[in-house]
Amino acid sequence: MIQYIIRRLLWAIPVLLAIMVVTFFLARAIPGGPFDFAGEKQLPESIRKNLERKYGLDRPMYEQLGKWIWDGIRFDFGPSYASRSQTVNDILKRTFPISFQLGFLALLFALLIGIPLGTIAAVKQNSPIDYGATFLAILGVSMPTMMIGPLLMWVFAITLGWLPTARWGTDYTQLYLGFFPNIFSAKFWLHAILPAITLGLAYSASIARLTRASLLQVIREDYIKTAYAKGLPARRTIIVHGLRNSLIPVATVLGPMFAGIVTGSLVVEQIFGIAGMGKYFVTAITNRDYPMIMGSVLVYSVLLVAANIVVDVSYAWLDPRIRYD
Amino acid sequence: MSAKKRRDAREEEVRGRSPLQDAFHRLLKHRAGTLGGIFIILVILVALFVDTTIPAAIFGGEVRPLIAPKHFAEVSFFERDLPPGTPGYPLGTDYLGRDILSRTLYGTRISLSIAVVAALVSLVIGLTYGIISGFAPTRVDNAMMRFVDFLYGFPLIIFVILLQAYFKAVSRRGATGLVGVLVNIDRALGGMFFLFVALGVLNWIGMARLARAQTLSVKQKEYIESARALGAGNLRIVFRHVLPNILGPCIVSETLAIPGYISTEAFLSFIGLGVTPPTPSWGLMISETYAAIRTYPWESLIPGTALALTTLAFNFLGDGLRDAFDPRLRGT
Repeated sequence: MIQYIIRRLLWAIPVLLAIMVVTFFLARAIPGGPFDFAGEKQLPESIRKNLERKYGLDRPMYEQLGKWIWDGIRFDFGPSYASRSQTVNDILKRTFPISFQLGFLALLFALLIGIPLGTIAAVKQNSPIDYGATFLAILGVSMPTMMIGPLLMWVFAITLGWLPTARWGTDYTQLYLGFFPNIFSAKFWLHAILPAITLGLAYSASIARLTRASLLQVIREDYIKTAYAKGLPARRTIIVHGLRNSLIPVATVLGPMFAGIVTGSLVVEQIFGIAGMGKYFVTAITNRDYPMIMGSVLVYSVLLVAANIVVDVSYAWLDPRIRYD
Repeated sequence: MSAKKRRDAREEEVRGRSPLQDAFHRLLKHRAGTLGGIFIILVILVALFVDTTIPAAIFGGEVRPLIAPKHFAEVSFFERDLPPGTPGYPLGTDYLGRDILSRTLYGTRISLSIAVVAALVSLVIGLTYGIISGFAPTRVDNAMMRFVDFLYGFPLIIFVILLQAYFKAVSRRGATGLVGVLVNIDRALGGMFFLFVALGVLNWIGMARLARAQTLSVKQKEYIESARALGAGNLRIVFRHVLPNILGPCIVSETLAIPGYISTEAFLSFIGLGVTPPTPSWGLMISETYAAIRTYPWESLIPGTALALTTLAFNFLGDGLRDAFDPRLRGT
């Protein structure tokens, strides 16, 4: 097991290196440079040249690529080209915790709603509850984030006035160890509810569908019959013997789902005015802010790679027959 | 084998239906799937006849709106932000006084073309890659699958975003040679061509895995062995025996992926990296108007509903197809 994890971690190194190289060439291929404009005005040629020299953009490509990768390995990207008074690391340190909280809460919401809903639907197969849950799930999968966000905001924040519309991560500022929010503060949850639900709803729906489909297959297995025959209570049979085995397909999609949450967070952050990483990533591309592009792509990639490894390792816990060697 | 299954099998023998016909009949029995299918057919009809592009291409004449009341880019500055039900504007107008009904109807073209083209591109690339990998010697197969695993670790959506930023910047600046031709195609399609490329080319990985797994399982079947014994070559086996047998599951999985393509297009348009305005993509329409949801909620909720209904229909159809092609999963 340990060996498997180590191998996966080693395998992640070339993946991350390749990501850095591809990002470098893609970012550089985009026509235009970071210092073409100052606001609306075009910068004079000589100033642009000087700025480019200062940040080493006049060096040969291979040298820049080397420096870029070295920056990535040390995880120190220097100043952001778009706002040169802050380093990329400063921006990431400030915005990443907020994006991470959003993604984490959304995923938590998705699992806490999706798995029970799917289980109930499967246990009561072909009953009105099942049809209701299945319909809700398909509806949830089909509702795009950019539709749910404004809708929820309209209903709960504007019409009913129960929750704040926006500005998560700006109204309350305290983060413990620079990362963990004060989860005992009501303000945090009030701000977090709408964005987290918006982002998590579609995933809760698809988790519910998957759980249902997979549990329906599992409860027809012989070992479930055996468990019933031994006189095990239905609840214990379903949860311990059924659910655990049916979670493997669910775990499989958690990796890609994680990537989806990253994209979804771009939309949700924009709709709810959240000062997270997503906004900086998109504006970094429009500004040709190379260090910022590199920094955020690397953060996203490390997260994705880590999520995939965690998912793969979790198979062994879910199904002890799966052995890695 | 259950009694019911045996009965089904006997029925099949009597009627002599092909597996495809059989699947189609099962699909018709799936109510939600049929409903989704009908809705999609309607959407296709709307997309084809929203204006007179097709009749004009056949019979000549100018292109004017047919189903849609107005052209999608027709601006009218004195009729901005009208609510639904205003005479002449059944669903109201947006912040530029453009008819929302027309824009929503034209939007079917964007979503459907994305759905069809991205699905076809990913199906063709994925199937080719998967079948080759399944038939290749173990070492080549391993290498090919390692490459897929490698790509699987990539945050592909981020590369789609970067790729789109590149394409859009190139198409804004104009280009010469081959790239120039592509840029012109893209402009003619309202910025969709590069979306096709970005989405299709990067979404074949799952399909390649599925196609390979299916190929490997079909390869061991007796009928392949007997075909080989009769002297059939690899190509004949692939096209006559493997492809028809693995196509079903692959099409089902592709149909289930379509809502993802549609929402990715909406997402890219939403963050400003999708189609070029004024092309009426639903995602673009939402992103242009969601900030005014307090005062003009219909402007973002109407395209949002269209987007949700279309993805819903594809989800229903995909479910129906999956049940139809794999009756064991019926009711699951």
